[in-house]
Amino acid sequence: MTGLCTLPGCGDAGGLDEHEYTLSEYEGARARWCPGCGDHSILTSVQRLLASEQLVPEQTVFVSGIGCSSRFPHYLNTYGFHGIHGRALPVATGIKLQRPELSVFVVMGDGDCTSIGAAHWVHTLRYNPDLTALMLDNGIYGLTKNQTSPTTPQGWVSNTQPHGSWLPALNPLSLALGVTNASFVAQTAEWVPAHLFATLRAAYRHAGFSFVRILQRCPVYTPALYQRAIQDPERIRLLVHPDGIAVPELAKLYRAQITHDPADLSAARQIAELDDAIPLGLLYRNASRPRYEVVRRVVPRTASERAAALETELDRYAV
Amino acid sequence: MAAPESLSSGAGAVLVAPSRPAQTVRVSEHTVEVVSDPGEGAQKCGQIFGQVSARMGNGVWTVEIIPAEIQPPPRLPEGASGNRIRLGSGPVTNWGDETNLVIAFNEQVLLARHRVGALATDAIVFLEDKWASSEDPAIRKAWSAALSELETGNPGYRIRLVPMEAQCHELTDNPRKGKNMFALGMLAWIYDRDLELISEQIAHAFRKKSPEVYQQNLALVQLGYHWAERELDFRIEVPASPARKPLVVMNGNEALGMGAIAAGMELCSMYPITPATSVSHYLSEVFERFGGIVHQAEDEIAAVGVAIGASYAGKVAFTITSGPGLALKTEFLGLAIMAELPLVVVDVQRGGPSTGLPTKVEQSDLLAALFAQPGDAPRIVLAPATIEECFHVMITARRLAEAFRTVVIVLSDANLATGVTPFPRPSLETAWQAEPPELGIGPDQRPYGWDPETGLSRRIAPGQLGGMHTLTGLSHDEQSKVAYSAGVHQRSTAMRSRKLATLQGLLQPPPLYGEAAGDLLVVGWGSTKGAIEEAVDRARSEGLRVSALQLRFLSPLETGLKRIFSRFERVMTVELNYSDEPGDPGITEENRRRGQLALLLRAATLIDVDCWTRVPGEPLRPGSILRAIRARLAQGGAA
Repeated sequence: MTGLCTLPGCGDAGGLDEHEYTLSEYEGARARWCPGCGDHSILTSVQRLLASEQLVPEQTVFVSGIGCSSRFPHYLNTYGFHGIHGRALPVATGIKLQRPELSVFVVMGDGDCTSIGAAHWVHTLRYNPDLTALMLDNGIYGLTKNQTSPTTPQGWVSNTQPHGSWLPALNPLSLALGVTNASFVAQTAEWVPAHLFATLRAAYRHAGFSFVRILQRCPVYTPALYQRAIQDPERIRLLVHPDGIAVPELAKLYRAQITHDPADLSAARQIAELDDAIPLGLLYRNASRPRYEVVRRVVPRTASERAAALETELDRYAV
Repeated sequence: MAAPESLSSGAGAVLVAPSRPAQTVRVSEHTVEVVSDPGEGAQKCGQIFGQVSARMGNGVWTVEIIPAEIQPPPRLPEGASGNRIRLGSGPVTNWGDETNLVIAFNEQVLLARHRVGALATDAIVFLEDKWASSEDPAIRKAWSAALSELETGNPGYRIRLVPMEAQCHELTDNPRKGKNMFALGMLAWIYDRDLELISEQIAHAFRKKSPEVYQQNLALVQLGYHWAERELDFRIEVPASPARKPLVVMNGNEALGMGAIAAGMELCSMYPITPATSVSHYLSEVFERFGGIVHQAEDEIAAVGVAIGASYAGKVAFTITSGPGLALKTEFLGLAIMAELPLVVVDVQRGGPSTGLPTKVEQSDLLAALFAQPGDAPRIVLAPATIEECFHVMITARRLAEAFRTVVIVLSDANLATGVTPFPRPSLETAWQAEPPELGIGPDQRPYGWDPETGLSRRIAPGQLGGMHTLTGLSHDEQSKVAYSAGVHQRSTAMRSRKLATLQGLLQPPPLYGEAAGDLLVVGWGSTKGAIEEAVDRARSEGLRVSALQLRFLSPLETGLKRIFSRFERVMTVELNYSDEPGDPGITEENRRRGQLALLLRAATLIDVDCWTRVPGEPLRPGSILRAIRARLAQGGAA
């Protein structure tokens, strides 16, 4: 893996000129999600992020799996990879290994990430490649029409568990914070756009695997999932700290705040385990964790260097 | 093989007193085994003996005898571990038939080899003698029972007891770990091997150990050598003819790894699975020097996913696996085919289904490689037939994967993976490493600008200006836009399929081995080539009108097969997979399950292709194939 792009037509020409990308230049096909779907709000925030960070569209790849949220790349004007269910993270890791210079985002649903793709989620947290991963968590399988997901609250009625979900929901924050070498874990919500945007920006700017759980409602199957928190801001715990995600305008709305140093892993784990409130903010960040594509970086070789070294290698096997 | 007369001192006799002087028996080939409990170093002994023999100009084919466990309990037949070396005056293309000379470190592993019919009826047997006088009565009892079974089972064995450990005690406190080098010394004297070359090979084999280890091993070799010189009254000469061209000697997995380097590939993404893993062991040691890495993923699915992501972003990556792993990768292969991403998948086949025979050879993944995919998913399937071809197939695989924007599956197997043989040193070409040829933005910037004649289109990779699109596994049109309409799906499916027809149009009819017409054509694929051709040689020398054909392309098939087949009275595949034999209980012409290649060829040619297949967990023996040829021809009549 050379980490250099020598492909024809590639290069940073898009970034070298003085062109300033506008919001509309990041817009792809018209989104076909249901009206009222939280995905729309997240798409808008992502487009804002791309514009505010002036990401070169050709140098940006959105990788997704399968599910409502995985249609995401189609609605952006960047490179997109709409793959198979649960497997967005290995694909994104492969892209990053081959081409570390690209900005690579991953968009997954809760089924994608925490169920069928759970192994990849755990291990990508540990590999810590420089990817920005968004887990759009509406607590239900929507595209396949209302089946229980690992993050569906206990007791919630679905087509596959009509007597209510049998088990307590999986806690993605606790799990992510439990993985060795995890380097960025944050939680935000689709109905708090200012916080969503600030979180996405912090995630993008983090060098390493940024895992962002975005709480989201499905207007058809889980419209009331976060109703109590939406109606009663006291149920939200805004994480505040000079090193955290600063959204000053929210201070008045969310007065239940926790001062939390994102370098404090054990405090982060306690916050993740709050059972009567929803934390929003940066739980953990550690920019010094080893990143896979960095530790695996090797010196690039030309064809003739390789051929010469292979001759030496063949000598070892010569009869 | 001509029997050393002095050893023929009675059926089943345990030889104890050799007569003198040593007499040299000249043979055109000889097969040797060293077999032990795992961890006793028989494999290392056999490997060094094989390498030295190759360097001395003998044809050599070495195979490992491997138990499935790392350290099974000692002195169990199923724990037999070692190496089998077939030496020839000319090139040796396969592992041959029975073993002529065996060194066994205990009677149980010897028994294992006897029970599987590995040993020739007149095999010379050297057996460690310490077990006969063990303090443990259970061991003494097992010893007596085993020798009795050997003698009644085959009175022809010529067994010589050797005090290997007692001898090694002169030099080491742990003779169990040293007797492999003693055995190597014995073989060095018997076959008159060059001690200087042995010394070099030992130095290489123990290059990661201290100089003392090297010295100790060399001393043990000399001990065995002098013991044999003192005690044995025969030597065996397999005349060697020095190679005219420079040769290299390696196993098929090393050749695959080296081929990937030569092809300029830079990412091997894998998950450990026998017998494929040693490709990654080899590459992990050297790949970074070539600007490449081995990524050990969290599972088989992630392994192929990472390879697909890397291929999408530039130069094609490869993944290596075996049957169970191929099954797990299925969905991702469908995506790569649907989205027209290049990918090279190496399947080093083992016995199956399920966990099957993890360390043993089989060719049962052919149909899985060709068809195991929901939906219509044409892909390219190649099968190297020799260890040399394991090297070159990777260069072909990369080129085809990129030029045809699709998945190339390379079907190797445990026979090629663990077999070691010399082959002509490849002449490297830097062109093999060229950047992906097809990458580039076409004038109309379509991600799937299919040429209706060929199905081919130019691939676009991220980073390229003006090429932005979202790749998808959903049915899509030329712009990669999701399209559910029947017309688009019909057309895009046809375009993906047409690529195989395009490739087939570039292929030549496969070369025949033997005459272009006759009574029987034996068709094989993959690693059986050497054994099939040797069997055909023997059949022809008996006057039988038999030829052979080895297929390297399984998808698409090479051209002209029907025409070739029609010149033979019968066509029969020989394969290492299962088929019902005519005459088996309940088997009729209607319900007979046929060999996998036979099934394919029948469908492709509408010719009544017969098959002879076996799943013995070991490579086919030329002698077995010869018997099958005779039997089929004896049945007479056109197929």
